Amino acid sequence: MSSVLILVPLFGIIGLNMLPRNVARRAAFWFAAAVFTAEILLAIVHQPAFWTEALVRFDSFFRLKFSVDSLSRIMLICIGVVSLSSLVVAKSTVSDEKEAFKFINILITASIGMSGIVMVKDIFSLYVFLEIAALSSFILIAFNKDINGLEGAFKYLILSAVATVLMLTSIAILLLDSPDTAFSTLHNEIAHSRGNFIVTFAIGLFICGLFIKGGLVPFHGWLPDAYMAAPAPVSILLAGVMTKACGIYTLMRIVASVFGFTDPIKNTMMLIGMISILVGAFAALGQTNFKRMLAYSSISQVGYIILGAGTGTFLGLAGAAFHLFNHAIFKGLLFVNSAALEEKVGTSDMSRMGGLSERMPVTGATSVIAMLSASGVPPLAGFWSKLLIVIALWQIGHYAYAAIAILASVLTLAYFLYMQRQVFFGKLPPGLEGLREAGNGLTLTASALAVITVGAGLAFPYIYNHFLLPLKEIFF
Amino acid sequence: MNVTNTDMLLLVLMTIAALWTVMARSLLKATIGLAITSAVITILIFRLNSPLAAVFELSVCTGLITVIFVSTISLTKPLTHKEILEMSKARHKRYIYLPIILVATGIALLFLKIPNDFTLPRLATPATNVRNVMWNIRHLDLFGQIIIMMIGAFGVVTLFITKDDKDGS
Amino acid sequence: MEASSWGLFSAFGFFITLIFVCGLYCILATRSLIRAIIGLELLIKAVTLLVIVTGYLNNNTALAQSFVITIIVIEVVLVVIAGGVALQIFRHNDDLDTRRLTNLRG
Repeated sequence: MSSVLILVPLFGIIGLNMLPRNVARRAAFWFAAAVFTAEILLAIVHQPAFWTEALVRFDSFFRLKFSVDSLSRIMLICIGVVSLSSLVVAKSTVSDEKEAFKFINILITASIGMSGIVMVKDIFSLYVFLEIAALSSFILIAFNKDINGLEGAFKYLILSAVATVLMLTSIAILLLDSPDTAFSTLHNEIAHSRGNFIVTFAIGLFICGLFIKGGLVPFHGWLPDAYMAAPAPVSILLAGVMTKACGIYTLMRIVASVFGFTDPIKNTMMLIGMISILVGAFAALGQTNFKRMLAYSSISQVGYIILGAGTGTFLGLAGAAFHLFNHAIFKGLLFVNSAALEEKVGTSDMSRMGGLSERMPVTGATSVIAMLSASGVPPLAGFWSKLLIVIALWQIGHYAYAAIAILASVLTLAYFLYMQRQVFFGKLPPGLEGLREAGNGLTLTASALAVITVGAGLAFPYIYNHFLLPLKEIFF
Repeated sequence: MNVTNTDMLLLVLMTIAALWTVMARSLLKATIGLAITSAVITILIFRLNSPLAAVFELSVCTGLITVIFVSTISLTKPLTHKEILEMSKARHKRYIYLPIILVATGIALLFLKIPNDFTLPRLATPATNVRNVMWNIRHLDLFGQIIIMMIGAFGVVTLFITKDDKDGS
Repeated sequence: MEASSWGLFSAFGFFITLIFVCGLYCILATRSLIRAIIGLELLIKAVTLLVIVTGYLNNNTALAQSFVITIIVIEVVLVVIAGGVALQIFRHNDDLDTRRLTNLRG
């Protein structure tokens, strides 16, 4: 039944576009909200029978080869939550009805792409869904057709297309080695011909492509531009799940179930992760633009995920998966806050803000929660995931990496404190005296995401038992 | 399975066409170069026992994509003659390196001895029928294609149609 | 791999690599948005041929052809969207020069 997550939105969009205009425009929001909520609920209320049962009533043509395991579940929850936030924010920031309808359509295709990515079990279908998600996000970044958005979209488009070409080359070469492109077949064939020059080359190309897609450090040039230039609801989607589903999740999945955790792959992942953490954190320290700082902070946090996944142990992967979830929530929350600031102040330049927390109490308070979670302050969710990653590094004897990971947390706290002082504390600059809190849509979304961050931190034992422990069966 | 002389000739032709695509002075010529590259690749694909893919490559890549490029180029303002001359001088300097790089890559590849150390997996019964493979085995990709085409439609609606055509272009 | 298959693979691989270099050089050196898209097209063409070659060597042309058809469909939509973005940039800048794209810096 997992194919309903693709088929229902697909036929839903087709149906929406055939309805009369007035009805369709009103129905679109509720349809999208229903789809995303259903996705979250189905993933949380885990019924293995539901996912594996075939769509018996339908033709075999609709029985798509999907499978949902515990890592997919975590990602599905992230995709649902962040898409829903993006949708609600779009409702209050995209005012034109016609534009809003187009936006919702493309948002749904983007979420179809991401749900497909996390459920496929075939490397070529993975490429197809990666392209679906990527093509939707190009249109979304360029959606307002202002010059910055267009430039950001074009840069992202070129780099992302080069990345997919690298991955396709790798798939083509792997096809020499395997009769099929299913994960399981490829895994056996690659394990069989390990050390072979051409196969190693193909694996390198694929991982390189994923590093570009995920915006990790040597290949991160496109990411701050795309995040900064995108319209507010789109940056929530991009930073929250898009690059994570396209790059980071895919990297974890492909390494775990196709390439296998060999020493060179593990070392590369840990090294790239460490460089990303440091470069992202130091670059974030020097930013004056709110969204740009968040973008660099994203690079740094994604570094933690790769660092954790690179350990190749259960604890590291659990930490990485949980940090993936946490990052989706708190970075989504921070971008919701930036949407509120952009709407009210009219800019995301931090030098023109100050003392906003008394005028915008909800935005101020939720951003503090997100910041504390990002810097790993107990008992918020970010603390637990970083703790798991550090313990995993310590266990396999990478003491230096563990130490740098802890120190980089302090850097995270430093740049976020600088941001807080610039934006929310201190004196109100002239001209902002009449400022009011942002609309209900924005504050509700921000509060909901903040509640999830706090709740996931407090309920960590439950999450560990129900969501992270099942990860064992995928990886080992 | 041997490489025939015709294959080699076509491969050389393909590379020359690609080189010309990159080095061509006007955008229109570059587009034509791309179409020629694509046409040569079509013949190669056909010779490699893949007629259906060859048809797609010929009609879509040689035909449709060229049309898209030509219409995009014609929608953007052509430069004046003087500007073209100035630009082509500057271009000349930048692109003179490409043939050198190509030759260097070629020589490097010839000297790089890639070990031939693997066995091809032989299918016991090769599925020769593309239609079967597409509709029965790879139908997930077909759904992907449907979604991709819908995204293309949304892209055209969003990006090609502007709300306020203030500059009249 | 048998010697004859290896010969075919290395001959095609050699020229495919050259096209790759052409495409990458085009993307890196160009100052025109349209030319960047053309460079991208060259890269995708090279990959298409590579997929067909590996399918042929594997005796698995049916699978390779179905892959290529999907790749071509995606390629067309990619080009349409890239062309649309380039067109909108032209409407803003009256120019297709990438040197004008300086509002954002990496």
